Amino acid sequence: LRLCVIPRCLRDDAPGGNNETGRAPPEDSHHHHQQTNSSTHHKKAFPVLSFNYEHVRQPFEISLWILLALLMKLGFHIIPRVSNVVPESCLLIVVGLLIGGIIKAIGEKAPMLDSKLFFLYLLPPIILDAGYFLPIRPFTENMGTILVFAVVGTLWNTFFVGGMMYAVCQIEGAQLGGVDLLSCLLFGSIISAVDPVAVLAVFEEIHINELLHILVFGESLLNDAVTVVLYHLFEEFSHADTVTVGDALLGVVCFFVVSLGGIMVGAIYGLLGAFTSRFTSHTRVIEPLFVFLYSYMAYLSAEVFHLSGIMSLIACGVMMRPYVEANISHKSYTTVKYFMKMWSSVSETLIFIFLGVSTVAGPHAWNWTFVIFTVILCLVSRVLGVIGLTYVINKFRIVKLTKKDQFIVAYGGLRGAIAFSLGFLLTNSQLKNMFLTAIITVIFFTVFVQGMTIRPLVELLAVKKKKESKRSINEEIHTQFLDHLLTGIEDICGHYGHHHWKDKLNRFNKAYVKRWLIAGERSTEPQLISFYNKMEMKQAMMLVESGSAAKLPAIVSSMQNIQPRGPARPRAIPSISKSREQEIRKILRANLQKTRQRLRSYSRHDLLIDPFEDGLSEVRFRRQRVEMERRMSHYLTVPANRQEIPSVRKVCFEPEHQVYTYDTDGESLRGRRASHSHPSASDAAGLVNESTRRPDQSGAAEPRPKAPDDQEDQDQLTLSRCLSDPGPNKDEEGGGSFLS
Amino acid sequence: NLRKRFLQLSGNEETISREHLDTIPALAENPIKAQIIEAFFDKRNQRGDEAGAFQEIGFEQFLMVMCHFRPPTLKMTAEEKEAMRKEKLRFLFNMHDTDNDGTITLEEYRKVVEELLSKSGAIGQETAEAIADAAMLEVASTNVPHMAPDEFYEGITFQHFEQILKGLEMESRMNIRFLDVDTTTMRCGRSTS
Repeated sequence: LRLCVIPRCLRDDAPGGNNETGRAPPEDSHHHHQQTNSSTHHKKAFPVLSFNYEHVRQPFEISLWILLALLMKLGFHIIPRVSNVVPESCLLIVVGLLIGGIIKAIGEKAPMLDSKLFFLYLLPPIILDAGYFLPIRPFTENMGTILVFAVVGTLWNTFFVGGMMYAVCQIEGAQLGGVDLLSCLLFGSIISAVDPVAVLAVFEEIHINELLHILVFGESLLNDAVTVVLYHLFEEFSHADTVTVGDALLGVVCFFVVSLGGIMVGAIYGLLGAFTSRFTSHTRVIEPLFVFLYSYMAYLSAEVFHLSGIMSLIACGVMMRPYVEANISHKSYTTVKYFMKMWSSVSETLIFIFLGVSTVAGPHAWNWTFVIFTVILCLVSRVLGVIGLTYVINKFRIVKLTKKDQFIVAYGGLRGAIAFSLGFLLTNSQLKNMFLTAIITVIFFTVFVQGMTIRPLVELLAVKKKKESKRSINEEIHTQFLDHLLTGIEDICGHYGHHHWKDKLNRFNKAYVKRWLIAGERSTEPQLISFYNKMEMKQAMMLVESGSAAKLPAIVSSMQNIQPRGPARPRAIPSISKSREQEIRKILRANLQKTRQRLRSYSRHDLLIDPFEDGLSEVRFRRQRVEMERRMSHYLTVPANRQEIPSVRKVCFEPEHQVYTYDTDGESLRGRRASHSHPSASDAAGLVNESTRRPDQSGAAEPRPKAPDDQEDQDQLTLSRCLSDPGPNKDEEGGGSFLS
Repeated sequence: NLRKRFLQLSGNEETISREHLDTIPALAENPIKAQIIEAFFDKRNQRGDEAGAFQEIGFEQFLMVMCHFRPPTLKMTAEEKEAMRKEKLRFLFNMHDTDNDGTITLEEYRKVVEELLSKSGAIGQETAEAIADAAMLEVASTNVPHMAPDEFYEGITFQHFEQILKGLEMESRMNIRFLDVDTTTMRCGRSTS
């Protein structure tokens, strides 16, 4: 797109001598001025409206493409029937084909999926999204398997396909005599890599269980190093005359350098990013940018040295994430999440559309034998590779891979745009066109046939699906418990296994790394507590958003049922004094008013105003508020007859700062940063609290000191909130398959 | 293998006691060390129906406890896997239910969370309580959704425990790679029959 547009701009610059940097009217008047100087009798009228397309041509076209892509995406989701059967990627390619056809019919030159555009602009967002939200636990648990599939599997595929294609080329009738071994191997290396974009696009929709997803997806990410090395290796060799053993050995060394180097570059940038985020507490607005820029720099830096950019990006995301998330505000976190999803979504859409367009536009050299054999060989090699490798891997795995698993892994080996772009990078020749045609055919085959049929096959084979429920706190407690238990048992057995090293790493992380990279109090916060805080915050926000605060009374009452009976045991729910309650009520009402005013003035820089970030429209918010006010008045008038009243508190959800740590020396307020959004923030919870209140009656009089009061009240409210998980999960994770 | 390790731990005697396990240096860092050691001496984890605790255990009992951590094999049927999961969950349940009344009460659960957080710095008791309370509430609400205001949730029974941890797939997670897999599985198999 850019390459074909730039020459035209330059061309237009030359003859006219106009500088296009100025605006249209002054430029025209300048031109007009020149003209009046040169020819004295001619006087043009002052141009009121003029047309200057060339000036904005490039950004205009880019925007138009992106807009078109997004409209297409929108269209598919509006038509439910189609999108249930056909995966989105297929539809997008078809759209691309149509557009390509239209453009060709018009006679214009269609933009090709230029490799530079692809590798520098379209691919990084997708990989960053994948890497940042990579579920670490299943990934590390299955790391061995993933690596074996990625490295050994890709090598096997390359040599098998390359070798067999060479054999095919030797067949007399195919007119393929001109293809030598190295070219075949080069072709093999391009076509054998499983593509993360395609895998993501298809697997995201079938909601398969976590293990299989991470196997195929992890493989598609990690095989980039192998692909890069093999590609460059064979490309170099095909220009050289002889290949020695030394060269092959250098290739192996190169592989280690590329992969480990890529990971190191990514890790360094990740740590830098984490370190930077430690100091951003005063400029929250630019926090998300740091995440994106450091990651992109990691990618580019790796590409400079021909290291694996994808692995660098993944390493950066993985490294950065736990620390950055502990440091940045909740709003920034949401921004990061949504921007990443947005960019990766746009990129993916554009890639598939361009793939379609390039298919129509590109020069093709169709050779039946070559193409058919390529497709067949790719399938065969994939199946053989998976079966063979699983046989070996199962000897080392605790939980073995079943035949069903193997089938899905083999079937999920989709090829995609990376293969196409790599093919595009080849030097121009007749061979290149033939290769490109074959590559496109394989891509189409895998995406269309395999992509479309994988969903019914998953249903047919009754493969385990991803469990939809959210992580509950019980599960979290027991996961941690299990970790410690297994580590302990390993220690008793004297066996330095997986858990032992993980435990050591965690301790190292906590003792040294976290101290440097996480700001303030949060560095000492254990994981269970961060999880708990996060969970309660999520539920509170979901609660408010869905306006189901009416459920709270019923739920809170059940809290009573948990409390052990008997006079001897201390009651966990304190009652609140009447005066305090009045106080709280007053504050809450005041805040309610302030929110009403604040919603009207919204400016781009002023993030403090908006108390909610998850897509609450103003109308809905107002409606909720009205509802709340109605309930509030109801409760104020109706006398309550409950004995144990949960005390109510304003929870300070500052929009700028994540939930504060629990610190029992009464300093739970310490973690809060002073921010002038303090009152407006409490609106979020304020609305919640309004309806949970019951006009009280218990007479406990003395006003307590504020800090422990906060503590206990906080606990009470969180108890009620933990239960109030309203129906369908508001998909806060933005449609991603994994919990972030 | 395990026999050698047992002898090493016991100082070449026939039985090991709590002190022997206590002195393992690597365990010192573990927040739930006491519970783990206790689990070895818990009679409920042996194949009988007794309750209470041993003072010393022999190699057979040691192995029996280890049996709880064996991984599922490919040839297992769904029922066998289910049985294995129950067994593992039972082991966990016994670890939590210290007074052996068949339920995990709020106090016991609080203790569990406290222990978990014990090595992580100065975390207050109230936080642990809050978390335990929330967890308990969750169990109650999932298992007994409509409780009247004067009903009382006694504690987590084994059924509820199973229910709440259904998603974790214990049979795949609670496993240790054994150094000497075959003997162990053989012995475990023999003990069941």
